Amino acid sequence: MEDKKLTMYHLYKEMLNNYMQSKSEHTLYSAQQFSKEMLEKDMSPEEVVSLHKSVITELVNDPSGELLDSFDLLLEVMIGYGLAHREHLSLRDRQRQLDSELNVAARMQQSLLPNNKIEVEAVDFGVKSVPAGKMSGDYYHYFVDEHGNIGAAVADVIGKGVPAAMCMSMIKYAMDSLPEQRLQPAALLENLNRVVARNIDDDMFITMVYGSYDSKKHQFHFASAGHEPCLYYSADTDDFHELKTKGLVLGVSSKVRYEEYVRDLNPGDFIVLLSDGVTECRINGEFIEMKHIKQIIRKYKHLSAQQMVDQVYSELEKIQEFQLRDDFTLLILRRNV
Amino acid sequence: MQVHTHVEITSEWGIVAARQAGRKLAREVGFGSVDQARITTAISELARNIYLYANKGQIKIEELADAGKRGIKITAVDNGPGIKDVRRVMEDGFTTSGGLGAGLPGVKRLMDEFIIDSELNNGTKISAIKWLR
Ligand SMILES: Nc1ncnc2c1ncn2[C@@H]1O[C@H](COP(=O)(O)OP(=O)(O)OP(=O)(O)O)[C@@H](O)[C@H]1O
Ligand SMILES: [Mg+2]
Repeated sequence: MEDKKLTMYHLYKEMLNNYMQSKSEHTLYSAQQFSKEMLEKDMSPEEVVSLHKSVITELVNDPSGELLDSFDLLLEVMIGYGLAHREHLSLRDRQRQLDSELNVAARMQQSLLPNNKIEVEAVDFGVKSVPAGKMSGDYYHYFVDEHGNIGAAVADVIGKGVPAAMCMSMIKYAMDSLPEQRLQPAALLENLNRVVARNIDDDMFITMVYGSYDSKKHQFHFASAGHEPCLYYSADTDDFHELKTKGLVLGVSSKVRYEEYVRDLNPGDFIVLLSDGVTECRINGEFIEMKHIKQIIRKYKHLSAQQMVDQVYSELEKIQEFQLRDDFTLLILRRNV
Repeated sequence: MQVHTHVEITSEWGIVAARQAGRKLAREVGFGSVDQARITTAISELARNIYLYANKGQIKIEELADAGKRGIKITAVDNGPGIKDVRRVMEDGFTTSGGLGAGLPGVKRLMDEFIIDSELNNGTKISAIKWLR
């Protein structure tokens, strides 16, 4: 402790002496480097003032008493800056700790998502989900049964960050507890809605679209709880259609009925499920137009479903200058043959 | 013989008087100018809190000599409204001054030891010690 002070004292004295003789930029540069060292050694501003005062007292012959006294006032003023500096350090530590806790939580959240690959001859499947922050308020789910039928969902918790993410884990476990309805979109949403209505705060809402693909009949059945409409792409006409649905968001009332819709798919046709992080993507402050999103998707339609969602994401990320405002989820399911 | 001083805090004058007494004793005990200023700032913050939140109270300042160690102890006592949630008040960034490092967490940082004892509707007692190194 004392040693450190002594070294600093000598270094500072030499520097100040140099400066008073040469007034050189070189010495000022050393002073700038020195300040880093002082910060590293946890020297507070008031200690720096005190150091300066004692060094100058020694260096200058007969310094003016008034001038020296003025440093006492400066020292007193610097106490406040020293405190602010200390607080900054402690807040920085706390921030680091929170960050690392959040990283653990984010990894846990990631582990709630399915990670098996869908390998079904009839279907080409891809999904891309990227949180705006560390935790996501978007959720997706998919599963394949032994006949190659697929269930897939995208959900969006209104709200962001940790509360939304915690809510998402409830959705996951609620869905796991409903295995019989996994291929019955409307029934699944009705049951899920009951669980959600019982378990979440009134000011939280979840939108979800659930679809199931019948690999024999090549039909896509779907139902929606207030979610962004899915897109249907027809390979024949090279056109997109928004699949309009009715259905209340999850959690508002425990008795809600959901309507189920169906769409036949021809080879090459695909269905796009998305979250509002895709449609509410902003370019220069303005929402991207649906037309534009369709164009981007169409541009990559020759690729596999997974490459498509990856490419669409990269492109939207680029036009938003790499600043994601909302969680982004895009899922594509295409009929192969 | 150990010195101690009481200063009544009933106005801003009291705050200045407590600072003065604290600085004087700190100097006598042998603290350097940086620590003198720190101790004085701690006294200031405690006295200001008494003045602002309890209207009146006392600051006691005493010299400590314990197993060869020397130091200074400040005790702030009042019978004011007390502090509802001490834990929160001790969090960085909570003060009404908006996280400039001052306030009670600042006092704790300026000193070596810090004890706070507060009962709602019954007053507050805060002691803080700084040891001479
Ligand atoms: N002696 C006291 N009696 C009652 N309440 C107190 C007392 N001292 C502090 N408090 C309460 O604790 C809070 C925090 O005090 P602290 O001194 O840390 O910050 P502050 O006074 O709000 O802001 P500043 O940074 O300007 O000091 C005060 O806002 C007040 O509500
Ligand atoms: Mg205060």
